[in-house]
Amino acid sequence: MNDIKERQARLQQLVADILQEAKAQGASAAEAGVSSDAGLSLNVRMGEPETIEHTRDSGLGVTVYFGQRKGSANTSDLSPEAVRETVRAACNFARYTSEDDCSGLADADLMATDLPDLDLYHPWDQSVDEAIELAQTCEAAARDQDSRIVNSEGAGVDSHAGLHVYGNSHGFISGYPSSRHSMSCAVVGQDGDSMQRDYWYSQSRRHEDLETPEMVGRIAAERTVSRLGARRIATGEAPVLFQADVAVGLLRSFLGAIRGSALYRKASFLLDHLDQRVFPEFVRIHEMPYLPRGLGSAAFDSEGVATREQDFVSDGILRGYLLDSYAARKMDMQSTGNAGGVHNLRTTSGSLDRQGLLKKMGRGLLVTELMGQGVNTVTGDYSRGAAGFWVEGGEIQYPVEEITIAGNLKEMMLGLQEIGCDVETRTSVQTGSWLIDHMMIAGQ
Amino acid sequence: MSDLIQIAHETLLAPTGLGESDLDRMLGELVGGGIDAADIYFQSSRLESWMLEDGIIKEGSHSIEQGAGIRAISGEKTGFAYSDELHLTPLIDAARAARAITRSGGAGTVKVAGLTPVRQLYQPINPLISLTESEKVELLRRVDAEARKQDSRVKQVMVSLVGAHDVMMVAATDGTLSADVRPLVRLNVHVIVEQGERREQGSSGGGARESFQFLLDEERALGFAREAVRQALVNLEAVDAPAGTMPVVLGPGWPGVLLHEAVGHGLEGDFNRKGTSAFSGRIGEKVASSSCTVVDDGTLPGRRGSLSVDDEGTESQNTVLIEDGVLKGYLQDKHNARLMGVESTGNGRRESYAHLPLPRMTNTYMLPGSYDPQEIIASVDKGLYAVNFGGGQVDITSGRFVFSASEAYLIENGKVTTPVKGATLIGNGPEAMLQISMVGNDLALDQGVGVCGKEGQSVPVGVGQPTLRIDELTVGGTGV
Repeated sequence: MNDIKERQARLQQLVADILQEAKAQGASAAEAGVSSDAGLSLNVRMGEPETIEHTRDSGLGVTVYFGQRKGSANTSDLSPEAVRETVRAACNFARYTSEDDCSGLADADLMATDLPDLDLYHPWDQSVDEAIELAQTCEAAARDQDSRIVNSEGAGVDSHAGLHVYGNSHGFISGYPSSRHSMSCAVVGQDGDSMQRDYWYSQSRRHEDLETPEMVGRIAAERTVSRLGARRIATGEAPVLFQADVAVGLLRSFLGAIRGSALYRKASFLLDHLDQRVFPEFVRIHEMPYLPRGLGSAAFDSEGVATREQDFVSDGILRGYLLDSYAARKMDMQSTGNAGGVHNLRTTSGSLDRQGLLKKMGRGLLVTELMGQGVNTVTGDYSRGAAGFWVEGGEIQYPVEEITIAGNLKEMMLGLQEIGCDVETRTSVQTGSWLIDHMMIAGQ
Repeated sequence: MSDLIQIAHETLLAPTGLGESDLDRMLGELVGGGIDAADIYFQSSRLESWMLEDGIIKEGSHSIEQGAGIRAISGEKTGFAYSDELHLTPLIDAARAARAITRSGGAGTVKVAGLTPVRQLYQPINPLISLTESEKVELLRRVDAEARKQDSRVKQVMVSLVGAHDVMMVAATDGTLSADVRPLVRLNVHVIVEQGERREQGSSGGGARESFQFLLDEERALGFAREAVRQALVNLEAVDAPAGTMPVVLGPGWPGVLLHEAVGHGLEGDFNRKGTSAFSGRIGEKVASSSCTVVDDGTLPGRRGSLSVDDEGTESQNTVLIEDGVLKGYLQDKHNARLMGVESTGNGRRESYAHLPLPRMTNTYMLPGSYDPQEIIASVDKGLYAVNFGGGQVDITSGRFVFSASEAYLIENGKVTTPVKGATLIGNGPEAMLQISMVGNDLALDQGVGVCGKEGQSVPVGVGQPTLRIDELTVGGTGV
C-alpha cells in the first residue's frame, strides 16, 4: 500500500512538472492526465493455457491553452525528454487552432475539494499458475455442463491495477489507484447443423466479489445451449423484452442523446426536451458517483470538476443534461461533472423478475443479444439485428435468430412498460430488463 | 541492409543505443526449451489529428506511441509481454516474461538476416510533414466552406483530418528481420442538415497510404464535403424503410462491407483452426453462388488496407478466398498457419506493439461479373437498393451478420424510387452468399476509411465489390 502511495506521489509530481513546463513554454492555462497500469490477461482453451499476456501501460495527455486557443498531445513515454517534447507539440498545435469563446479549463469554483477514498484499489495477488487454474475450472464447468457443448473459445482471467492522476493550472492535482478484475468464458454448442456460441463474464473491483468460476462457466454453457435450434419468426409487430444486459445498451443510447456534444451540435433526438416527459412516470435515472468499489465511482471528472449525485430523469421528466465545461459554455449552462461520462448510473427497478416480466408480456420477443450499430442519435431511429426467444402465454417457446427489431428511441422510451428487478451489475451503467410495448420485428 | 531496415534501425534502435547484437541476444533468450517460435516487434508511431467544428479549428492533437512487444510460442500456447521503453534491460525482462510459458530456460543463438528488399506498395514517407500546419488548417476550412455552400439547410459541419507515420521492425527466431514505414492519411466530413423540425446527418471521407497531398489531388477532400451533404439531403426525404425479407441490390464500393462480415471474418485462420467458424472444414465446398469470386488483396499500391509486409514480416498477398462460389482458402498468420500445416498468407496483423498479432483482413473484395448495373436494378419488382453503409458485425459461429444502411432506396417495378431511412440488414453468411444471383461489371473499392475491430484490436482495412443482387435478405425497417 505504501508502494502505491509513493507511486501516486511520483505521478502527481510528474503532472505538476508538466503543468510547470507548459507555463514555461508560454501557455496561459494547462491540464494534464497521467495513468499507469499493469496487469495479467490470460486465456485457457480446451483445458490448456492459450495466451498469457503481461500488460504494462502508461500514458500522459496534456492540453494547453493560449488564451482561447488550445492544443493537445499525448504519449506513452513518460521520460523527461518525451514530456518536454509532448508539451512542445501541444503548444505548437495551439498556434494553429482558432480562438474559441467556449474553450478553457472548467471553472475553478467547480473543482472537487472533497476527495473521499472510494475503496477502488484491490490488487489481486495471484500467480500466473493460480490464474490459469481458475480459468481451467471455469472452462471445465462450461464444457461439462452439457454434452452439446462441443467446442470452446476458452475462459479468461483479466486483472489490472493502476493509478490515474489529473491536474490543472487552477492548482487542482489529485489521483487515485484502482483495480479491475474479470473472468469470462465462451463456448460453442452444436445440435445437428445448428452451431451457436455464447459467453458470460463477471467483473468487479475486488476479486472476492467475482462470481465463482463454476458459475461463470455454467451460465456460459446454459446460454449457448439455449440458443441451439434457433429459427426465424414472421415479420410483424410485438412487445419486446430487453434482457438486463442488453437493456443497458438502450440506456446508453439515451445517455448519448443527452450528452452535451450531441446537443450543441443539434445532433440529438432529445434536443430541447429539458423538463419534458421522455419516459413514463415511474422512471428515475440517477447518478451515484460515490459508491464504494463502484465500477464507475469517481470524486472528480476528467476536468477535475466535483462529481455529484444527480437525477437525469425523475417522474419520467428529463431533468438535466450530461455536460462537460465546453458543452456547458456552448449551451449557456454549467458543467454537470460529466466530462468523460457518467459515474455509476442506475434506474428505478420494479418488483418483477424475469418470470414476472415474461408473464406481463404474455406474447412477444425476449431479446438477449443485439448486433450492429443501427442507432441514429440524430433522429432516434433504431434498427438492430437481434437474437433471443419467442414467448407465448408468458413462457419461452423457442430460440430465435436472424431477425431485426426496429422503432424510434423516443417512442420506445415512452413505451417502456416495466423495468425488472434483475439489475445488471457488471457495468457502471446499471438497469434491469426493459419491457417495451411494441416494436417492428423483421424476419421471414 | 535494405533502406527500410536502415530507417527502422535509426528510428527504433539507434536512439537508445541498441544494435544488431542486442537483437540477437534478445532472440537468444527466446529459443530452446520447448519454444517453437518467437518474435520481437518494435514500433514507433506518430499520429496527428485536427478537427473543425462550427467553422473554427477546434482541436489539434499529436500523439507518440513507441515500444516493443515480445511473443514466445510453444505449441498452441503464446506468452506475451511488452515494454514502452526501448532499452535492453526492460526488453530482456519482457522476453523472460513471455517465455515463462515453458518451464525450462532458454539457451540458444539466433542470427537474423534482412532478406531481399521487400516490394514497396507505398513510399516510406512521413505524411505529417507533407503539408505545413497552415496548409492543413486551410484544407479543413475549404472543406467546411464547400459543405456549407452546397445548401442553406446545412447547419453543422464537422471535419477531421488524421495522419499517421508508423515505423515498425520485426525480428523472429526463424531468421526473419523485416521493417516497414507506413504512412496513412484520412479526412472525414460529417454534416447535420435541418428542414423545419426534421434533422438528418450525412458523412463521407477517404484516405490512403499517401501524403496529405492525396486529399488535395483531384479535389478529393472537397468531393467528400459534397458527398456528405448530398447524403444528408437524401435522408431528409427518406420514408420508413420496409420490414421483412426481399430482394436487395447493393451498390458498388463501400457496400462490400457485406463481404468483410459475411465471408471475411469467418475465413480467418484462428477461428478455422479452432473449428468455431461457420466455414470451418468447408474448403472445396460450394459456399456462394457460382458468380462469386472473393479475394483478400494486401498488394494494392497505396490503399488503406494494404501492407508491403504484415506485422510478422511476411509479404502481403492476393489470396483467393472464394472462386466461382467454391471455398478456396483461409487467411493466415504464422502461428495458425504452422498449427494447420500451411503457409502464412501475409495476414498477421496487430494494432500495435502492445497487442498480439491475429489473422486479419487487408482489402477484401469481389471480382466483377458481367451484368450492367442498370440491368440488375431492372430485374427487381419490389426490393431495396442500398448504396451506403455504416458498420457491420458478424457472429462467426452461427454465420449471422448485420450491416446498417445509411443511404437506401426502394426499387419498384425495376426502378429506383423513394429514399428510405437507414435500416439494418441481417443474414447468414453462407446462405446469403448463395443468394447472390447477379454480379455487376462495375467493381469499385471504397474511399479508404474502413476500420476493422477484432478482440479489441483495430486495424485499417479496405472493402469493395461491384453492384450485386441478393435474392433474399432481411431488411430491418419499421414500414410494411
